[in-house]
Amino acid sequence: MKTRHLIDRTSRNLIFVLALASFAVLVAIAVFTLKEALPALQQVGLLDFLFGTEWRPTSGQFGILPMILGTVMVAIGAVIFAVPLGVGCAILLAEVAPPRIRQFLRPAVELLVGIPSVVYGLVGLVLVVPLIREIGGPGLSLAAGVVVLTAMILPTIISISEDSIRAVPRKYKEGALALGATEWQMMWRVVLPAARPGIGASIVLGIGRAVGEAMALVMVVGMATAIPISPLDPARPLAPSIALETNYATGLHRSALFAIAVVLFVLIIIINSLAMMIMRRGARAHGVR
Amino acid sequence: MPMVSARTTQKLALACIWGTGAVTLLILLVIIGYVMVQGVSNISWSFLTTPPKGGMSGEGGISTVIVCTLYLIGLTMAIVVPLGVGAAIYLSEYAPDNRLTSLIRYGTDVLAGVPSIVFGLFGFALFVMALHFSFSILSGALTLACLLLPTLIRASEEALRAVPRSHREAALALGATKWQTVWRVLLPAALPGIATGIILCIGRGIGETACLFVTMGGTSAMPTSLLSGGRTLSMHLLHLVLDTNAFEKALATGVVLIIVIGVINAMTNWLSQRFRARMTGGA
Repeated sequence: MKTRHLIDRTSRNLIFVLALASFAVLVAIAVFTLKEALPALQQVGLLDFLFGTEWRPTSGQFGILPMILGTVMVAIGAVIFAVPLGVGCAILLAEVAPPRIRQFLRPAVELLVGIPSVVYGLVGLVLVVPLIREIGGPGLSLAAGVVVLTAMILPTIISISEDSIRAVPRKYKEGALALGATEWQMMWRVVLPAARPGIGASIVLGIGRAVGEAMALVMVVGMATAIPISPLDPARPLAPSIALETNYATGLHRSALFAIAVVLFVLIIIINSLAMMIMRRGARAHGVR
Repeated sequence: MPMVSARTTQKLALACIWGTGAVTLLILLVIIGYVMVQGVSNISWSFLTTPPKGGMSGEGGISTVIVCTLYLIGLTMAIVVPLGVGAAIYLSEYAPDNRLTSLIRYGTDVLAGVPSIVFGLFGFALFVMALHFSFSILSGALTLACLLLPTLIRASEEALRAVPRSHREAALALGATKWQTVWRVLLPAALPGIATGIILCIGRGIGETACLFVTMGGTSAMPTSLLSGGRTLSMHLLHLVLDTNAFEKALATGVVLIIVIGVINAMTNWLSQRFRARMTGGA
């Protein structure tokens, strides 16, 4: 057999192994996280873990209900603000604004997609927190977390939504206009429904970032373990809690942090499926598949 | 109910759209503008070239932090590029349409949605504790490589798929083996696209904190080996905010980060434009 055929076969097998690696990483993460989470879940009990309201690692109390609620509230809050703003801005960039405005806005949005989350946290802490303190409460709060996360996921939503709105075939738009639709009717009834999958994907990605964000939130939400009643109360979402305690946690405490990671992951899957369901509902209401 | 005319609706709707644009622009300007205006005056040559004082003072510069960031990113890329590009070659050129392939694809997609801190926890358990790499640049790089892997696979696969079919057919028709086709024809053609993906990953790596916060320890000393702990620019900013009152230093570090990301974006834009021109220009 010629050398080049030998190389051909060896390379093929080698890159197959490389391709398996990414799958192996996922399996390793799943196995490790579950294995490490098991002692806490067994000792505390799943229900007490999920619905307990006290988190006191030193006295062996591991209830994460306040954290779950913190994560859900801060993420939903951010999505409520960021989705209308982001989709609106995407329509503006793709359909309405003159090219000169786009030329300026688009790179700015791209820059913001890449800016580290700690920079958002810093700006939130220096600018937003004092403003919220003026309204009431300690300033470090759920509301501050919502503002920071909104700013963080906004660029992601804009950039992906704009791409998918731009990808709508020209003939759809021309068809709608030829039928006598106003430009707005064309955008609302034709372009947006056609761009729905991409917009949906951008929202799912935004939610993922919001639920998984740790460090920007550590700076602005106050990290108090009580369930937040008002938006001005401090909160303590799941991801920042893991981040702050991992470095020194041992034994059951560490195991509980892994259990939080499991909950975090399940939560992301649930929220994503919900988002997908809402998108599909909306699509049906508009008579689009 | 009184009917609103289509034209009035349109006026209202467009006003709302411009409103969202204005609010977004305001947010962008506030974030970038505030950090730049407040931070730029604190940047000096000595800020970039002196090490941080350490402890809770927050004084000093960021020289060791810059060095550590470079080490970390270099090592991470050395791990993730062969893995990611190799996997992408397999997925785009070799993968048969079977269950294993869709499993690999599904795994990559799921991996892309795992939060940074979960990667961190995994890296902490596996690299820091089980494998005894301790809090080190090596642990951080391995963890970061896992996190960036799906992004790089996707970008490289897209770049390879964008190479026209005729390239492959021509190479094979000349008697090249499949691997020769991949190595001599497809990879060079897809290189700018793959490079874009790599630079994208560098940008994300520089911005990461959560997964590194729990795997790299965070010492501000100059790293002496891959097993020394360390602190990246983003981690340094976090430390300044959480543990010290040196907000002006934090803002200056923020300026450095924003400029680095800006340069990275400019590079990716330039590269992907070139790539598109090459793929459509009939080269």
